[in-house]
Amino acid sequence: MTEGVPQSSEAAKLAKGSLLYLDGVTVSFDGFNALNNLSLVIEPGEMRAIIGPNGAGKTTMMDVVTGKTRPDAGDVLFDGSIDLTKHDEAAIASLGIGRKFQKPTVFETQSVYDNLLLALQQDRRVHTTLFARTSREEDSRIEEILETTRLTAQVQTLGGSLSHGQRQWLEIGMLLAQDPRLLLVDEPVAGMTDAETEETARLLRDIAQSHSVVVVEHDMDFVRELGVKVTVLHEGSVLAEGSIDHVSQDERVVEVYLGR
Amino acid sequence: MAPLPQHATLFQRLFGNTSGKLVLGVILGAAIVVPLLNQLPESSPFHVPTFVVSLLGKYLCYALLAMAVDLVWGYCGILSLGHGAFFALGGYAMGIYLMRQIGDRGVYGHPMLPDFMVFLNWQELPWFWYGFDSFAFAMLMVVLVPGLLAFVFGWFAFRSRVTGVYLSIITQAMTYALMLAFFRNDMGFGGNNGLTDFRDILGFSLRTDGVRNGLFVASALALAGGFLICRFITTSRLGKVLYAIRDAESRARFLGYRVEYYKTFVFTVSAMLAGVAGALYVPQVGIINPGEFSPINSIEIVIWVALGGRGYLYGAIVGAVGVNMAKSYFTVAFPEIWLFFLGGLFVITTLFLPKGVVGIFSKAPSHPLPSLRALLARPAANQGTRPGDAL
Repeated sequence: MTEGVPQSSEAAKLAKGSLLYLDGVTVSFDGFNALNNLSLVIEPGEMRAIIGPNGAGKTTMMDVVTGKTRPDAGDVLFDGSIDLTKHDEAAIASLGIGRKFQKPTVFETQSVYDNLLLALQQDRRVHTTLFARTSREEDSRIEEILETTRLTAQVQTLGGSLSHGQRQWLEIGMLLAQDPRLLLVDEPVAGMTDAETEETARLLRDIAQSHSVVVVEHDMDFVRELGVKVTVLHEGSVLAEGSIDHVSQDERVVEVYLGR
Repeated sequence: MAPLPQHATLFQRLFGNTSGKLVLGVILGAAIVVPLLNQLPESSPFHVPTFVVSLLGKYLCYALLAMAVDLVWGYCGILSLGHGAFFALGGYAMGIYLMRQIGDRGVYGHPMLPDFMVFLNWQELPWFWYGFDSFAFAMLMVVLVPGLLAFVFGWFAFRSRVTGVYLSIITQAMTYALMLAFFRNDMGFGGNNGLTDFRDILGFSLRTDGVRNGLFVASALALAGGFLICRFITTSRLGKVLYAIRDAESRARFLGYRVEYYKTFVFTVSAMLAGVAGALYVPQVGIINPGEFSPINSIEIVIWVALGGRGYLYGAIVGAVGVNMAKSYFTVAFPEIWLFFLGGLFVITTLFLPKGVVGIFSKAPSHPLPSLRALLARPAANQGTRPGDAL
């Protein structure tokens, strides 16, 4: 497996002050470039929507940031200086990057409470979890998150018994419990009803007040509802960037979305 | 105020549920009643002969071994087909101690060397036999040797993210390799004859009823202790992490849990329990040989656990004792159909009793498992692998 290219001092200079900095990132699977010289900068406190047709590289980009996939080339810096290509998933999660998956992944055989407890920011070493006792602070933090995500009544329900929408919210709740500096949210409203979609948009805007958030989404209406800066990906690189009205008038974007 | 769940105290975690109390009650009850019944005169209808006491003691050792497998398989999703190796290593550590206890009373009457070394014309004791004259040292080795092997093996396997059937296959390879090694005379563990002709333990003759009863009681206490250790682990927050790893390994990783550390920890604890089981088994059956490393043995343990029910701990006990009682009966009454019977039981369990025998009587475990059939059908599902990782 190829290690990430050594970060240049120049990259570190350019990345200064940014929260997430991707420059010239390329990932290829068997000759197919899932990401092709992708560059992207997220500022601290920013909320960004990333859209693009199927196969544009949205999920691969998240895989690269969270350490699941190593890029073949390019710089991936967090907080202006930390080279993410040198860390694995667990280390990156501890640095403060949380991820919500496209397919809602909660721990199905455990209660909503336990799901949140596991996600809660804490010492994650083996011996501390073996002897850990749930503190009052942890309980009140979980209570808060239950209220924010409107899952208070489901606190004892198993993750696997939740409705699709509730699972999505539980996963967002787990992200909140992690209290990461950067949240990566992959298609949060896929398969949701209109009412649930609206509710999710509210939830994400709430979260964005105190966290940096990157939302990957298909649903243009939902992105419009978020009302944030949009990056359009196509064939593994950035096609357009700007407000939703700006990008939706871009001819190339229209062509990519409607042209074929 | 949200209705948050109550936090159980340590006492409630260990003894709180009915099944746990029942299991401990039965084990400790047997530890008292069986030796008492053995004291009755032989004419009494309630008399338990000494050979039956040792047979029951053997079942308890198997039960502890099965529980060790349940700890990694039922709670963390690691299907180990090599736990027989940890059991045998614990057994060999005890066997070496028992050989040293023979002293100069061997057939050849050599003051220092066991019979098989004299037979092989060895002049002095190999270095790895030193220290085993001491019971304390031998007992330390009983847990340390299997624990160290599991730690090293687990560390490399889990760090390389070997999971599912691939892990099961390399655990089979591990126990097979050890079997071949222990079959060799030059290994210094008695070759294919293994270690036998034991006489004393702690200076007491193994042939007396008192020592036989003592070994039975020790086995029962070890099983009860192992049960409490497993309860402590599985009811802790670490237990929740184990379920998380079992059900969605890559999700646990993205939450920041170092999956390989957790797996290595639980695999090592499990191997130590298996080693203790092996150490108590050897003096009760009177022999340890490389056959204990046979891959088939390790597969049988998994069958006990599957039949009894995974993820309950006591399911493993029920499975191990039940299957071995059936085995004792069938291999005498109908020796040729035993393996068909065992295979048939496994097929029936897989198809109709995914939660095992105890699953029929007990309500769903608080952390239900995916069905056995589903598990066998997609052994490496939802594992996060990186592109380029072949395994």
